[in-house]
Amino acid sequence: MATLEIKNLKKKFKHTEVLKGINLEIKDGDFLVLLGPSGCGKSTLLNTIAGLENSDSGEIIIDKINVNLSEPSQRDIAFVFQSYALYPAMDVKENIIFGLKQRKISKDKIESSLNKIVELLKITELLQRKPAQLSGGQRQRVAMGRALVRDPKIFLFDEPLSNLDAKLRIEMRREIKKLHKNLKTTMVYVTHDQTEAMSLGTKIAIMNDGKIEQFDTPNNIYNNPSTVFVADFVGSPSMNFLRGAVKKNNNNFFFIPENSENNSLDISGLNMSLVDQNEILFGIRPEHVYLKKEHALRVTKDHNFIEIEVMPELHEYIGHEQIITFNFSGQEILGKFSSSIKIELDKKISLFIDLNSVSIFNKETKTRI
Amino acid sequence: MLNKKLFYRFFLLLILTLFVIYYVTPLYVMIVTSLKTMDQIRGGNLFSLPNSINFEAWKIAWSGRGPGTSDTFLKPYFINSLIITIPALIISTFLGAINGYALTKWKFKGANLIFLLFLFGTFIPYQAILLPMARTLGFLGISNSPIGLILVHTVYGLGFTTLFFRNYYVSISDEIIKAAKVDGAGFFKIFFKILLPVSLPILVVTIIFQFTQIWNDFLFGVTFSFGESAPLQVALNNMVLTSASVKYYNVDMAAAIMAALPTLIVYILAGNYFIKGLTAGSVKG
Amino acid sequence: MDWLKKNLPKIVVAPSFAVLLWFIYGFIGWTFYISLTKSKLLPNYEFWGIDQYIRLWQMPRWHIAVENLVIFTILFITICIILGVVLSIFLDQKIRAEGFLKTIYLYPMALSFIVTGTAWKWILNPTMGIEKFVHQLGFENFQFDWLVTPGMSIYTIVIAGVWQSSGFIMAIFLAGLRSIDDEVIKAAKVDGANAFSIYTKIVLPMMRPVFMSAIVILVHLSIKSYDLVIALTAGGPGISSDMPAVFMTKMAFGRSEIGLASASAIMMFATVSAIIVPYLYSELRREQNVK
Repeated sequence: MATLEIKNLKKKFKHTEVLKGINLEIKDGDFLVLLGPSGCGKSTLLNTIAGLENSDSGEIIIDKINVNLSEPSQRDIAFVFQSYALYPAMDVKENIIFGLKQRKISKDKIESSLNKIVELLKITELLQRKPAQLSGGQRQRVAMGRALVRDPKIFLFDEPLSNLDAKLRIEMRREIKKLHKNLKTTMVYVTHDQTEAMSLGTKIAIMNDGKIEQFDTPNNIYNNPSTVFVADFVGSPSMNFLRGAVKKNNNNFFFIPENSENNSLDISGLNMSLVDQNEILFGIRPEHVYLKKEHALRVTKDHNFIEIEVMPELHEYIGHEQIITFNFSGQEILGKFSSSIKIELDKKISLFIDLNSVSIFNKETKTRI
Repeated sequence: MLNKKLFYRFFLLLILTLFVIYYVTPLYVMIVTSLKTMDQIRGGNLFSLPNSINFEAWKIAWSGRGPGTSDTFLKPYFINSLIITIPALIISTFLGAINGYALTKWKFKGANLIFLLFLFGTFIPYQAILLPMARTLGFLGISNSPIGLILVHTVYGLGFTTLFFRNYYVSISDEIIKAAKVDGAGFFKIFFKILLPVSLPILVVTIIFQFTQIWNDFLFGVTFSFGESAPLQVALNNMVLTSASVKYYNVDMAAAIMAALPTLIVYILAGNYFIKGLTAGSVKG
Repeated sequence: MDWLKKNLPKIVVAPSFAVLLWFIYGFIGWTFYISLTKSKLLPNYEFWGIDQYIRLWQMPRWHIAVENLVIFTILFITICIILGVVLSIFLDQKIRAEGFLKTIYLYPMALSFIVTGTAWKWILNPTMGIEKFVHQLGFENFQFDWLVTPGMSIYTIVIAGVWQSSGFIMAIFLAGLRSIDDEVIKAAKVDGANAFSIYTKIVLPMMRPVFMSAIVILVHLSIKSYDLVIALTAGGPGISSDMPAVFMTKMAFGRSEIGLASASAIMMFATVSAIIVPYLYSELRREQNVK
């Protein structure tokens, strides 16, 4: 259990900057998820926290101690690798206690720690087997066991679930969440899967191109994304972005979609002070558009919604849900609805947008207004 | 259509059998000749079977004709080759392993360049280093001793062994090494406890390769030793080249077979393994 | 102590690297320098220029050696590759005795060049070998005395060399054939190609890297041929089957012309480099791109 602080961490690889000044702080017991696309630097950041890679400048402070110069084994961390990285020539038992033996822990203590973990993860029957004789899920649990038995200050996970099939992934995700609830240890978890991130993390750092785009709770990341990148990355399907301009008219604000002066929308309901801007992005998630006025009324207690006219063009059925692609003045809007609603394609209908859930972004800087 | 397929099949097997004959014939001739007496050789032809199995030629090839004669026989030189081959093999293999490990699992500046230099070194014609090496051995005082040849074979085997191990270790996941570092294991511990146990395939390939190279060497042997400290292949060549008035072909053949036996045995026992290992490297490039 | 730990990998590689630098690159450098001097029996470190090379290229014996090398290399490579390809294709046809056949085709590789040379010397022996055998079959006029005929002795080296090395070429081609994706072959069959076209138009072109590897290995073997020549013909009769490797040794240790010998050695080195360096470079590029 420990706090983690990262101050202005920078790292270059050959001539490219892979970490461009990372600043983070999490409390004891937090579950921090580093989320981002391939190449954003999240794995590099994790490896640097672990001491498996060196940083060029900046500080890493675990439990108030600066660990920049410490070896991985001295930082009191545990690491679960994407490929599990089990020692191929040793059996499961030896794999798990290898680290303890390196630290010269007494045989008795090793036995008791081992037994605790083995019972917790239910891998007693696997102890004599070699990694090659285990299934993917079993290897993953052994990798977890090796990490748990160290009783570290911080757990580090590098995409541990990516190599599992979908069903197993969801199961193991829940196991990890349970683990965090029981152990209350600080965890740092890397993934590119936003569902995983949202369900596991207490704090999420969304990374892009070596920088942190937003560091916040899952709720805020979802509802108040600070950049277009964050808004686009989280949520499936991603947020709709309508291109256009904002114009002030007396005390009212209007959103004017690109090339479509007549379809301006009254967005005065947005509790923001806006100024005239020519290039903005109007963001709304597919989950926050409604087909029936009653739905909109029910959801927006303060009746803060607007009505727009759209033409449904495409229909994707996903079981309990359906995704409809609408044409709004030449731009696409996706809407996600329950499958029980029947919609006719190519016939104009109305769509209702919850203004409380709208995000406006500056098209240039891609940041929230 | 069945006939056509059968015909092709038959044709295929015929060609393959012809090639078997092509490759086996010299061995057959060697064995058969070594078991004949000189009269049988003169009387018969290359392929005729011996009248009776006669190991006389083998005895002479191995231990000579007894005191008072001065022709070469193989026994002492066989032992020389053993003394030279085994240490050189062990040292070059071990160094190659640890080099391959250090170069692939511990990224440091220049590791790739160093590997390239090793790689290029395996291609050089040895003529380019014979002279300076001869002088160096003389300077060190080991020019006519097994130690000199052990040094030479170790040095020039390093490039190959490093190459083999490096290519093998490249394909072992780096994450296993990282996990070991997190567990607190250091450089040598990781090598001996984690990497070496899974290195058996490449160890076999390297040992067989080095053994064959060193045992079969002639160039270094003939250049850096003379007389009694020569290795086996040099002795064999001397035997066969004697400008004595009578050539004992049966002895020559027996000697050739004996010189070839160790590598042949190694090859028969572990040959397929060896080819798999070698061709994996060649095909990948 | 910590510095030691941090730099341990470098420290471990250092001795081998030092050895490499000294005994390979250093020595080549020394040989190169000596080739630019007047050295005869002992090194003479006074710079002389490229006169040894001029001397070298004016020697008929060197010309013969180079010519032999070219003849040998071309024949050796061509025949080995043809044999290797043909055999590998035949072996690829799912034969039950494949393992056994591979062992037979490959065992010559396990023999030293001296053993090979000795065996073939006996087989090609003008009075006792093949010639005598064919005579006994009734063909009294058959002659096979290449071994002792000045113009033909080089071809005996080809025969022995091919016998020894073609199996290895077969092995690497077979491995290459096996590594070709089955689906490509299936697509060709669907397209209606017969076995012959599949091999010649699809499979063989896909084996370009294997061809390259084979050629590089064979060229390398060919330039280094010393042991085989010594055992089979000793460079003879006379100097008719001389090769650069043999030439160099004779000059260096027989004639006490180390300057000249060094020049010939550097010529060999330059030739090998001219082939290996571009090859290594293109291989490395390939590796980078795949990454």
